[in-house]
Formats: sequence, C-alpha cells, structure tokens
Amino acid sequence: MKVLTLNFLTCAVKDCKSSNNSFPLHPKDAELVYDDLEINPQLLVNVLPRVDWVALRTTSTELGFPELPEQPPTVEELESDEKMLQDLHKLLMETQIMEGKLVCGNCGHEYAIREGIANFLLPSHLV
Amino acid sequence: MLPTPDTSHVPYQRVYEPAEDSFLLLDTLSSPSETAFLTSRFGNNINTTISTSSQPPPPPPPLILEVGPGSGVVIAFLTAHAQTILGTPHVLACGVDVNRFACAATAKTAARAIAEAKDDASSSSSSSSPGAGFFLDAVQGDLVAPVRAGMIDVLVFNPPYVPTAELPAQPQPESEAEQQQQQQRGTVVRGGRDGMETTDRLIAALPTALSERGCAYVLLCAQNKPEEVKEQIRAMGGGGGGGGGRWKAETVGTSGKQAGWEKLQIVRIWRDYDGVAADTTGS
Repeated sequence: MKVLTLNFLTCAVKDCKSSNNSFPLHPKDAELVYDDLEINPQLLVNVLPRVDWVALRTTSTELGFPELPEQPPTVEELESDEKMLQDLHKLLMETQIMEGKLVCGNCGHEYAIREGIANFLLPSHLV
Repeated sequence: MLPTPDTSHVPYQRVYEPAEDSFLLLDTLSSPSETAFLTSRFGNNINTTISTSSQPPPPPPPLILEVGPGSGVVIAFLTAHAQTILGTPHVLACGVDVNRFACAATAKTAARAIAEAKDDASSSSSSSSPGAGFFLDAVQGDLVAPVRAGMIDVLVFNPPYVPTAELPAQPQPESEAEQQQQQQRGTVVRGGRDGMETTDRLIAALPTALSERGCAYVLLCAQNKPEEVKEQIRAMGGGGGGGGGRWKAETVGTSGKQAGWEKLQIVRIWRDYDGVAADTTGS
C-alpha cells in the first residue's frame, strides 16, 4: 500500500468516522519497499492540494522519514525545488507498506497489511 | 474503440471473469455522452505549461474508486485511458473488494493496462502524450467503509449478482451440504431477496462518500426495478458534502441484448447545482 493511498483512508468502524483520532491510521511494524517509478512533476504539483498535509507529516514521521515542513510547499516552491519533488515522489508514490498493521487512534483496531494489500474487513462484532 | 485491458493473468476460479456487465460499463464510460460529462467535471488542459501564479490552479486530480472491481478490467480501463475518458491524465484510481484475490488481480490488471497505454503512446506516430492516470491500490473492504468521507469523485459499482447466466460454471454438487452451499452462494450472487441489498447500502452511502463534484455509475438489471431506484435517489438529501445540490439519476447506458429478464443498464448518479449556487461543473 502506497503512502498516498493511506492519506485517503480511515478506520472502517462506523463509530470512528466522527472522531478526529481515526485519521490518519498509524502504521505499526511496517516493512517498506520502494518501487522505481518515473517522476511526474505535474501530477505531484496537482496532487498536493488534495493531500492532507498534517496527516502526511504524521505518517512520514511514523515511517521514519525526515520530518516534513510544517506547511506544504507552494506550487512555485515545488516546481523550483528538485529535491523536494524527488522526496515527495519517493514518499507518496514509491514507498509501499508491504507487511505490517494500520492502527486506528480512536478504537485501537489493527488492520493487517499482507503482501501489500490492506484488509479493512471488520470482524462481525465491529460491523 | 479503446483497447480492453488484458486480464489473462486473473485466476478465474477465485475472481469473476469479465462478462457482459463489465463490457457494458466499458462501453458506457467511454461513450461520447459520458466522456463529455466527465471531462466537463474533471478535465484539465495539460497542454498548457505548468500553471504560473497568474493562472488559476488546475482542478485537483479526481479520485476514482471502483467497488468490487473483481478482475480489475473496468478500473484499469478508466485509469489507462484517463485522458480520453476524463480529459486529464492526472487521475488517482483505487479499488475496494471483499475478495483478496480480486485486490491482487486488480492491481496487476491496472499496472499492465497503464504500461500498455504508455507503450502505445510512445510508439504511435502522433505526438500524443501518454494519457494514463495513476493507480494507487486495491484494498480489501466492504463497499466504501475504508475511504474518508467526501473524497470520491467517480465511483463505479458493478454489483456481483448479474448476469446470473454469465456466472462461472459450478462443479456438480457431490453432497447435499455442497448443494446447499451453492444455493447460498447463489443468493449472495443475486444480491439477496430482490437483488438490491448490497446496492441499497451503497446508494445510502453515496451522500457521505462522494465529493461535491462526485458522481457514481451503478449497474442495475431490470429485476432491480431501475425506475423506482432512480426515483429513490432523486429524493435523497444533500448529505455531508454540503453545497445543497439536488440528486440526479439517469440511465446512461443499456445492454442492447436481451439476456433473459436481465436487461442491464448503467445509472449515473450525481448532484446537480443548477440554480442552487455557482455551477461547479464548468459547463
């Protein structure tokens, strides 16, 4: 599962939807791999406004990446900063969680990731 | 005709094979009326240079989600031909399926279709830029439960119960228990009592799940009483997205062939803001 995907997902438990603590989910025991993808600067620039930056900062730190700046870069900053583009490309698009868990900060439920596929199906008592 | 994604790697013992319903979705989504609709909502002229401060920022890339992608043929098709269908290659695509094998199959089908689209673009004599979008992931889950509210811009749902005649062949039951199991499976496949239990749950989730500019394509068969379903959708409240748009539901594709009682149709569901507030569709 890509880090960018994680930015769109939340706890599947209904009661957690209204809680701020259910997003982002927190990676645990994460084993990372890095895909080798061609960088697409335009896509990155366009995607950035869709990214919840606060959540991405949390995820990035939890996965052991260097701390991201407090504010997202502006379009101009991103376009003129090759290193920033490369770093965000690597973090958002190339980094995959292959094994591990995603933990909800509200209910504590752990979603398993195996072979890169996260399982959000809930046991019957949580549905 | 846009090429259909290759699904030869999909294990059909465990994942539904693309059938008439899938192909109706491909035809409908790539039809002139739907590419015009989708492009008006999400299109982005990328031939202009990267935006400068004097230009308005381009619309953010749409998030496209298929619920129950199975082999992945539909979401792979949408992603690989994003420029043609949505008017922009800046598309983020994902899938949610209860079946783990379907998740793996979908990711592979999408990766292959995107690679093929890029090859075609680089080998063709025209200078067309590769028009493929970006595939994120397929995750295991129930309908839209794992996705944050208000994120989905294009949702595609092909309920797993039609057409019954196209289901993979079942081995002959060897015991009474097995026969019972198959009958139960048949019930699930047909979507419960009147074939609408799963679809009803999905429709009920749309006001929360879709973004303000979001739309959904849902496949129905004649047995689902599509006219009644559309009326129910039009009566829905505005939902979490705010904006106050009115819900619309129109049939935008039908199967020409009469497959027994299961004539299929694709219903497009979206919010219309005409006369409510500023028109966000850009039309």
